[in-house]
Amino acid sequence: MSGPSKYTPKSAFARWLERRLPILSFVHDAFVAYPTPKNLNYLWTFGAILSFMLIAQIVTGVVLAMHYTPETGLAFDSVEHIMRDVNWGGILRYAHANGASMFFLAVYIHIFRGMYYGSYKEPREVLWILGVIIFVVMMATGFLGYTLPWGQMSFWAATVITNLFSAIPVVGNSITTWLLGGYSVDNPTLNRFFALHYLLPFILFAIVGLHVWALHVTGQNNPSGVEVKDIEKDTVPFTPYATFKDALGIGVFLLLYVWMTFFVPNYLGHPDNYIEANPLVTPPHIVPEWYFLPFYAILRAIPNKLLGVIALFAAVLIPAALPWLDTSKIRSARYRPLFRKFFWVFVAVSLGLGYLGAKPAEGVYLLFARVFAAYYFFHFLVLLPILGKREKPEPVPESIAASLAVPGASESEEGRVHA
Amino acid sequence: MSDKPTAETNRRDFLFVATGAAAATAAAGMVWPLIQQMNPDASTLALASTEVDLSGVPEGQIITVKWRGKPVFVRHRTAKEVQEAEKVSLSDLPDPEPDSKRVKKPEWLIVIGVCTHLGCIPLGHEGEFDGWFCPCHGSTYDVSGRIRSGPAPANLEVPPYAFIGDNKIKIG
Repeated sequence: MSGPSKYTPKSAFARWLERRLPILSFVHDAFVAYPTPKNLNYLWTFGAILSFMLIAQIVTGVVLAMHYTPETGLAFDSVEHIMRDVNWGGILRYAHANGASMFFLAVYIHIFRGMYYGSYKEPREVLWILGVIIFVVMMATGFLGYTLPWGQMSFWAATVITNLFSAIPVVGNSITTWLLGGYSVDNPTLNRFFALHYLLPFILFAIVGLHVWALHVTGQNNPSGVEVKDIEKDTVPFTPYATFKDALGIGVFLLLYVWMTFFVPNYLGHPDNYIEANPLVTPPHIVPEWYFLPFYAILRAIPNKLLGVIALFAAVLIPAALPWLDTSKIRSARYRPLFRKFFWVFVAVSLGLGYLGAKPAEGVYLLFARVFAAYYFFHFLVLLPILGKREKPEPVPESIAASLAVPGASESEEGRVHA
Repeated sequence: MSDKPTAETNRRDFLFVATGAAAATAAAGMVWPLIQQMNPDASTLALASTEVDLSGVPEGQIITVKWRGKPVFVRHRTAKEVQEAEKVSLSDLPDPEPDSKRVKKPEWLIVIGVCTHLGCIPLGHEGEFDGWFCPCHGSTYDVSGRIRSGPAPANLEVPPYAFIGDNKIKIG
């Protein structure tokens, strides 16, 4: 995909700049001339959607920070001040809070897309692992941000999550005290959480840079899972093809984002977070934000504190091992009849865990949570390694161009069909 | 001195390793304050003790006082509750500890009101053992604050405290 740039500066200034800092040719090669497989579907617009969401979160977050006060006595009121007094403050805050949800919605679709089409397979392992790191940093950022409004759910989410570390043998309590800056969630905790919540998005931005870099080295995967063989036949230039497809994808995604922000801004929130934090009263049902629910269900499914915490972290990190757990040489689920079915079972189990995470951990809910949690790990650790060796794949097309051909049609007829 | 690498270690190698070690030590020394600043500061540590007057707590009641930002339960146990707590067999306990080790005066139970699972605050006079019940993940504690069922791994912690009068304690 790389090679000498085909960019030719057109103006005198561009020529002058190009000799000193070749940024124009860099942008041209990465976002204009860059060849993209011509069979990409709309699931491939989620990379652009996620980039958009990261920028949206940074922009709304920076302006909210101009009005927010990270002090336990003032934080809750400063958020209400944003909602009531600050010009456009209510919309900016709802855009930020719902933006986090939309960001996670997009990242989950992006991850499942990668799983379906085998985007983690050789040579995209580093690209995939960087993605898992991005996901983990996103989770940390989301959690830290949720603490800032200093409502009841903020406080108790912070308490429960920091106490996860107390499960570590011997040093657990010291680590928790160190994280909190005290013996309970309090002002030092809120202060540092705000500082870190402001920092992490920029770290995220840097890792996204690496993720995109790795993507441009290996090239994009595509629905057929076949590598690009002939740039002329298999690809189209990023601009205008991918640029406009991404723009449409972002536009449609924005409809949902904007609708949530304007019409149901509190749908995904929890009413208890409009009660100021009270260290002496735990709300009867502590529920994390929806995007943590599957992992929360796994934590609660295990009746041992340390093992529950290990299972929680393992569930988040195990996708990083996918390139080695999935033993199939075939990338795309299109040509893997069994994997295709089990993929949807896995999606159903993940959604099921999300549903169970919101329910009380008792009776039949707990039973199902245990079965689903076991299946989650079974999928990665047992099913995928065996399936890759046992499954008989369907024939894989020779090339991306061939994957688009109508069966039985000759080369020339294919040209007509796609004209 | 020649630039040719020699097979044996020489004085230059020694200097190289010593310089590296000194730099690593200096870097570690610099990182220490950056890590240590996150631990509880002097103002947090200064709030480390609280005095509680027990005379206003009738038998059977639990009051909650704040110590180090955490709730502490002070429970005035009835004679029946004391008896119940004392007669439990240690083999029935996930975290075996006799009641006598958890109290200074049998009628007064003083424990930190933080569930040892993930830090929620258990509700008093609830749950199967009439001690505490944690609403978050369903742990139950008995009248001695000992874990009886649920995911919590340990008994409610007994804070350091002392009787500084017949009806007064100092926690911390």
